[in-house]
Formats: sequence, structure tokens, C-alpha cells
Amino acid sequence: MNEGRKEIFQLVIVLVGVIFLVKLFFVQVLDDRYADLADSNSVLRQIEYPFRGLIKDRNGKLIVYNTPEYDLEVIVKDAKPLDSAKFCKVFNLTRVDLRKKFKELKARKKEYSPVKPMQFIDRLANEDFAKVQDRLDEFPGFFIQARTTRSYTTSALANALGYVSEISKNDLEHDQSGIYKQGDYIGQSGIEKFYEKELRGKRGIRFKLRDVKGIEKGAFKEGKYDTLSIPGEDLISSIDLDLQLYGEKLMQGKAGSIVAIEPSTGEILSLVSGPSYDPNLLTGKNYSSNFKLISSDTMKPLFNRPLMAQYRPGSIFKIVQAMTALQEGVITPETRIRCDRTIIDCHGNHSNEDLRGAITNSCNPYFHSVLRRMLNQGKADDTYKDTRIGLAEWDKHINSFGFGSKLGIDLPNEKDGLIPTPAYYDRAYHNKPWKFSNIYSIAIGEGENLVVPLQMANFVATVANRGFYYTPHLIKAIGRAGMPLPEYTQRHFTTVDSSNFKIAVDAMQQVVEAGTGVNARLQDVIVCGKTGTVQNEPFPSHSVFIAFAPRDHPKIAISVYVENAGQGARAAAMISSLMIEKYLFGKTRRPYIEDYVLLGKFLD
Amino acid sequence: MRRDYDISGEIDWTTVLLYMALVALGWVNVFAAVYDDSAHQSIFDLSLNSGRQLMFISASIIIAFAITIVDMRFYETFAYILYGILLVLLFLVPIIGKEVGGNKAWIGIGSFGVQPSEFAKFVTALAVAKYIGTVGFRMDNLRNQAMLFMIIGLPMGLILLQKDTGTALVFTSFTLVFFREGMSPFLLIVGLCAATIFILTLLVPNPIYLHIAIGTILIFLIVAGKKKFKRIALLTLGALIISGVIQSVDYVVKDVLKPHQQNRIKALINPDADPLGFGWNVTQSKIAIGSGGFFGKGFLHGTQTKFDFVPEQSTDFIFCTIGEEHGFVGSLVVIGLFIALLLRVLFLAERQKNRFARAYGYSVACIFFFHFAVNIGMTIGLFPVIGIPLPFFSYGGSALWSFTILLFILLKLDAHRGQVLQRI
Repeated sequence: MNEGRKEIFQLVIVLVGVIFLVKLFFVQVLDDRYADLADSNSVLRQIEYPFRGLIKDRNGKLIVYNTPEYDLEVIVKDAKPLDSAKFCKVFNLTRVDLRKKFKELKARKKEYSPVKPMQFIDRLANEDFAKVQDRLDEFPGFFIQARTTRSYTTSALANALGYVSEISKNDLEHDQSGIYKQGDYIGQSGIEKFYEKELRGKRGIRFKLRDVKGIEKGAFKEGKYDTLSIPGEDLISSIDLDLQLYGEKLMQGKAGSIVAIEPSTGEILSLVSGPSYDPNLLTGKNYSSNFKLISSDTMKPLFNRPLMAQYRPGSIFKIVQAMTALQEGVITPETRIRCDRTIIDCHGNHSNEDLRGAITNSCNPYFHSVLRRMLNQGKADDTYKDTRIGLAEWDKHINSFGFGSKLGIDLPNEKDGLIPTPAYYDRAYHNKPWKFSNIYSIAIGEGENLVVPLQMANFVATVANRGFYYTPHLIKAIGRAGMPLPEYTQRHFTTVDSSNFKIAVDAMQQVVEAGTGVNARLQDVIVCGKTGTVQNEPFPSHSVFIAFAPRDHPKIAISVYVENAGQGARAAAMISSLMIEKYLFGKTRRPYIEDYVLLGKFLD
Repeated sequence: MRRDYDISGEIDWTTVLLYMALVALGWVNVFAAVYDDSAHQSIFDLSLNSGRQLMFISASIIIAFAITIVDMRFYETFAYILYGILLVLLFLVPIIGKEVGGNKAWIGIGSFGVQPSEFAKFVTALAVAKYIGTVGFRMDNLRNQAMLFMIIGLPMGLILLQKDTGTALVFTSFTLVFFREGMSPFLLIVGLCAATIFILTLLVPNPIYLHIAIGTILIFLIVAGKKKFKRIALLTLGALIISGVIQSVDYVVKDVLKPHQQNRIKALINPDADPLGFGWNVTQSKIAIGSGGFFGKGFLHGTQTKFDFVPEQSTDFIFCTIGEEHGFVGSLVVIGLFIALLLRVLFLAERQKNRFARAYGYSVACIFFFHFAVNIGMTIGLFPVIGIPLPFFSYGGSALWSFTILLFILLKLDAHRGQVLQRI
């Protein structure tokens, strides 16, 4: 019954083979359509780059925007034959340049393809573009790809904004998102990097028909398959552009930083890093040469001091010590301690102050003694163990103010600072025992402590709020949603009770009214502040000042660092008061102080 | 005694030569598919698919040799045990397997991965052949038939669970073996009709048109033929059944098949509907092959088959490279070689003296035929895109080894055909 089935199998096999060959004969030999399609590749996929999101300041003033720029792209396969003499003339190239360009193109290995659009000349200048545009059809295979580059309305805020440039080979290899291709732009630092995802938008794709010569013949299927590019989201910065510009003017010729925060929200009003650079230098055609210049400058203009420069906190730290000691209950505001200058030196004329007086006079022996009471509370019989317990306890309080670790500002490269822990001293003393007398210099903000100016500004904002802070941030609203990132709407409370802040506020008010901070005194508003003079042997000390104002319902909290400018009472205090005045009143009324600051000779 | 038996004289060297020719052509085409004009690569470069494919080929030769020295009775004796192990492995794959390209079909051994589903082909072929070769087996016995469908259904089902539809479909080719061994052609015809209805349902946007068409045919048949009650009743019943099937297929297709599977079938029917979307593969593949012309563009001179115009260049769409670089002549040679191999395997199967060997031979022929027909059919737009490799050509170790094993077990059985008692 199975006879003949063998033949059916043979027949089917041969039949399928014949069907394939007939079909192939039609497709390969009789029909030229496919050859033409392959030649022209008929449909060209062209990328439409999205507009990067704009950045505006808190009052709606534009800070960063986009201007168009033009790349020349080529499809190598269609570029032959090229009239190279004419090409060189139009594009202002030598023959050697041209040959080099083609060589570079083919050196792109994996990415190189003779049938895909490849970047040939990046960033034609606007004038060049106008000249070249009309003559482009003389060179088949070449076409213009438009995209945008960043522009800045002012020269302010360079380090915070960051810059945008072509994605590096390394980043490209490690990119997991699959979004970026060689030649694409990406935020490299600052806000541009931190908010890359929000700013970049989504690219669109246009399908264009081309004939055999590669000349475009309009949209493919009336643009049915095109996707439009979606612009990135606009960012509203918390920066007050006028205040920022004023701050940068004051810091001209100085190294240091200004950080001003609105205490009730954690929004950064101004973030000055001196010296800085003009962000317009790092866009467009001259990016590479300018970047080389800026990055090799010995004053390090790319070093974002407010969050990267780590200083010892100096006398300002005494306020933190005071509140921590009150919280621990080892002193009361009435506690008086004799100014015994045998262990640690002091300055000024005072002898037996209470807490308020000790802060106002910045009494070193007082706080040396306060720290001893805190670290050696007798919780263990062994003095070494006791110090260890006390220090761990102390760390907990200090860390709750945001010291010792990154605050989490919306910028990359923030530094931790340093608050020594028992483990830190174990390492430092190679596991030999240590006790209070080994580490007492942290009492007055010297020794191992390190803070960055941002942490100091955050601290004074915390004092202004009497006990809590919002993580400082630069972007107060993203896109249409109009909200900052969720982590910036959370209050962080310190371990110190709100009631214990009163004494600090009182003392800081007194510092400005009758102490070392008189240079920061303003009419019509109560300013609270504290000076700091950070030792920097053998160079002149750094001048430091923190302040907030007004005393009740504070609107601005500020920290100012001026490197190698001597006492905090001068450079830093004056700059702080000018900034506060400018922000609260819109203008400054003390030209002599402004002139003195601008002159910048603080050591005379 | 059998140990001293020199089989080199008995091996069918025609098949071996065809095998070697196909493997060698496959290898150079894998190189052509990944070749980059500007990079000065070597075909032996281990970072390229071609370099790794050479390793796989070397391993295949060792495997082929090993198969020929194992005792011939091994394959029949251990068929069910191998089948059992296979089922366990297939069952384990979704649990311990690693994910490659969205499918969890691989089991890692060291740094290498193998696909148990590839080896399922020869193991199932052995099991099917052994069952058919059992004394007292009758194809017209319903229980025997049901048992056979279960043997192919189990691995097929497990592979479907791995979402590897292409490989699972390969197992349908065993029904052709059943047909050769005496199954009524009725089942095959019903299957073909079902497939036709299936595709028609996809083609026609609304099944109502199909129902109208069937109604029209029904009325025509009633009017044209004898008007006996029994005949009319039968015709009406048949028409109702078909309509019911169409309605349920419509449901299956639109609600059960995933969109990408629907698209593949739609792309076959009308690739121009969306040349940049789901029709992309088929369109680009046809452009590549079509642009080859009569003599092709020359070895390594293809343009379409490089630079991502055709996806899956060195695996499922390897035939594009042949079509583009070697034109109609090259396609003719490759298709000719495949036809020759298939006919030779049929010839070998027919000359076996027992049912086990013959059924196994037919299984080999049918599996090769299915791969050959579906793979080339899809690259030239005659068949939906189903991701199965072209035997000996597509890049990949598991597939090459699986095809080698399939073929060489048959050669081994064939070499000893004189020693077995006739049991047909």
C-alpha cells in the first residue's frame, strides 16, 4: 500500500528546488528593480536631532539656549566620483586635508560603512554654511545635517552649568542605554550631565527617498513613517541670575566660593566658583582648543570649588560644637569656663565667658573644654574607651548637620569632606590607643575636620531654620511637571532640638552687631553671622564667613570662602553682606565696601 | 568480530562529499557575511563568526568520526533512554537555562552554551524510528499512531514553552515520515487545508468574506450536482464545519498569536505594506538577493548583506550572502547540492533492510527538507520569517553538530545494513 510514496517524496523535493530556482531567476535575472533598489539603497534614514531643554533662572530669565550648527555628512558610496579640486575650493580645504578626512573616515572601523551617512566635517561655521548650501548639489553623496549647540546668555555659572560635547569613545563603549552614537552630544559636567536624561529629548527619524545619484527626492510615503524629534525638558533653576552675576563680579581675581541658599526650600540662589571661565568658550567649533587651554590653567577654573574644595571649618565649627554640647547636656547656656590659654591659645580680651560670650569672642579654651566634657562623659572607666564612645556619639550629631558625607546636590563630583570617626583615628594611630588629648584640635574646627563650602552654607541654612534643612539643589522645576526631583522636597532634621538653636542664633546676631562680624552689619535688617579664619601655613589664612538674614523668617543663608585673604572679618564678611543686601533689597548702598572688595587687597 | 570490521569501504562517500562541500561553502559565506572591507580581517580570526565556525566544524569532524566507531546497535538500543534524558533537559532549560536574545533555550557548559532543542531533532528521530521498528507496529493502528504523535509532541511542546516556535515547527516534518510508513494521506491533506485556511484568515481582514465565499461555493455545488438529500446534507455539514474552523482560527490568530508572529505572516503576504516596519527583513533580504544578478557581485563584494541592511546576516539569513555575491549561478549550485543531498538520503533510506533504519533515514530527509525549504523560502519571500537555520550554512555550533549527528548516524546504519536481519 506504500508503493509510489517514495516517488512522491522525490517529486516534492525536486519540485521545491525548481520553484526556488524559478523564483530566484525572476528576482535575480529578469527583474532589475532590486538591483536599482540596492544601488540607491532608495530610502535614506536621516536623524533629526532634538532641541536640548532650556535652562532658566528662578525669575524666568534665560540662562542656556540652543543655536543651530551644521555638520557635513557623506555617504561614501555615493560620493564617487568627486571633483576634489572644486570640493577643496568650496570647503576651503587642501588636498592633503581631504585625503586625511577620508582616511579618518575609514579608520572608524566598526562604525564605518560606505552606505550609511557618516560625519565628514563637524560644525561648519554659520558663514561657511551659507556659502556651501547652494553648491552642495554639485557633490553627490554629501549633505548637511543640522543640529544645535549650546549658547549662554551670560558668562555666569560656568561650573554649575557644565558643558556639552561629543560623547567620548570610552563613554560610548560603556553606554548601556543604546541611545548614543559616535558624534552625538552628551552633557559632560554640571547640570548638563546630572540632568542629561531630562535635557536630551528624543531624536526623530525622517525617511527620505533618493534616486540613483543620491539626490533626495522628497519624503518617503509622504512622511508616514517619520517620527518627530521631541525636545528635551526645560529646567527652571533656583539661581537668581542677577545675584549670581553680582557674586561673580565680587569674586573676580579671587579664588574661593560663594554659596547662597534659600533656607525654607534648600534652593541655591547663587553658586560662585572663582576663578571661572566663560561657558561660551566650550561650545561650537573652538571647543577642543579652548578646552585644552582652560583645563591646563594653573588656577584650575574647571575645579568647582563650592562642592570640591575641602577646607578645615575653622571657628565656625564652634557653633556646631555648642549646640551638640547643649543637646548632650554637658553644658547649659549659663556655663562659664575660664579662658585658660596654657593648652590652646586664644585671641581678644576676655577671661571667663558664658556660652554666648564664648561664641561671640570665639574662645578657643572654652570649646576645648566643652569637647572634653562631651567626649569623656565617664560612660566607661577606661579613658580610651570613654573617648571612643564619646566620639561616636559626637559623630552622630555632627553628621546629622550634613557634614562628613555628600549632601546630594544635583551636580556631579561633590566631595564628602571629613568628620573623623573612631575607626579613622585607629587607622591614623596604627591601632595604638588614642584619647581626648590626642585629638582635641577638632574642638575648634582645626585638626582632621574637612568641609566643603556647600556644607557650610547648608549648615547656616539649618541654623536659620532652627534645626532642619532641605538638600541644596539648583533645579527647582523640571519640564511641565514643574517639580524638583522628589529627594529635594524632604526635610532633614538634625539630632539637636530646635530649642537649642536659639542660643546659636543669639550669639550669631551678637557677632555681627558687636563682634568680629561688624563688617556684615546692614541697615533695616538683622543679620546673624560668624567669622572664620582658617589656618593655611605657610600661606595666608583663608577668609571665611557664614550668615543668614533676616533673623526671623530668613530669606537667604550664605557661606563665603576667599582663599589666602586673611581674617574672615574682612573679605568674606564684606562679600557676604553685599550679597545679602543685593538679594534682599535689589541694590547695594555701601559703595566704599564694594570698592574695597573689588580692589581685593585684603591683607594690607 | 564486529570490532575488526573496516567500515571505510562501506561508508557512503557520495553523501560525505556532499556534506563536506556544503560545510565548506557555508564556512566561506559566514566569513563573507561578517567581512568588513576596511578591517583586513582573516577568515581564521577567532573574534569573527567565521573563525569560531571553523572551530565548530573541527568539532563536527570529531563528532562524525566518533559516531562511526560507536557500535551500530547503540543507537537503536539507547534510543528511548536518550529520549528520556532529552525530555528532562528540555524540561530543565526554562529553569536553569540562560537567556540569549530573549529566548531561554541555552544551557551553559563552561563558557559555551548548547541548545538542547537542536539535539532534540536526532534524539526524537531515533525514538520515532525505534517505535516504528518495533515488532508488531502497525501504522493503521490508532493506538500506535497516537503514541507516535506523543513522541514528537512532547519535545515539541517543551520547545514551544521556550518560545522557540521555529525549532518546534521542525517537528511537524515527522508527519511526512509517518506518511511514508503507511499513514493515510488524509491527515496530511487536512493539515494542508488547515494551513491554507489559516493563511487565508490572515489575508482577509474580516472572516465574513470567507464565510460568504464558502456559502457561494456550497450553493454552486448544490445547484451543479445531483440533488439528492444525502449529498446536500453532507455538503452543508462540510461547509458549516469549515466556517466554524475559520471562525475559531480567526480567534486564535488575532487573540492568541503575538503581534510579531502575526506581522511575520503578514509580511510574507504583503511586504510592501510596511517596508520599514515588519516588512524590513523580507524586503531587505529580497533586495540583497535580487541585486546579485546572474553571476553575483563577487566574493566579499556584497554591499547589502553587510552593514546591517539584512538582519541576522550570518545565521538565519545566510542565503542572502550567497544570492548577492554569487548571483543566480551560486544559488543554483547551492540549491542543486541540497537537492542532491536530499535525494541521496532518500536513496539511502530506501535501501535499508529494517524498518528502524529506514524510518530513521526518512526522518533525516524530512528534517533537512523542512529546514531547507523553510529557510530559503523565507529569504526569497515565499514563506513567513521563521527563525530556523539553513543546514551547514548558518553560523552556530549547536545546529551544525545536530545536523552532522543526524546525517552520520544514518551513514553508520547504512554502512552496516548488510549485517542486520531483515525485519520489514
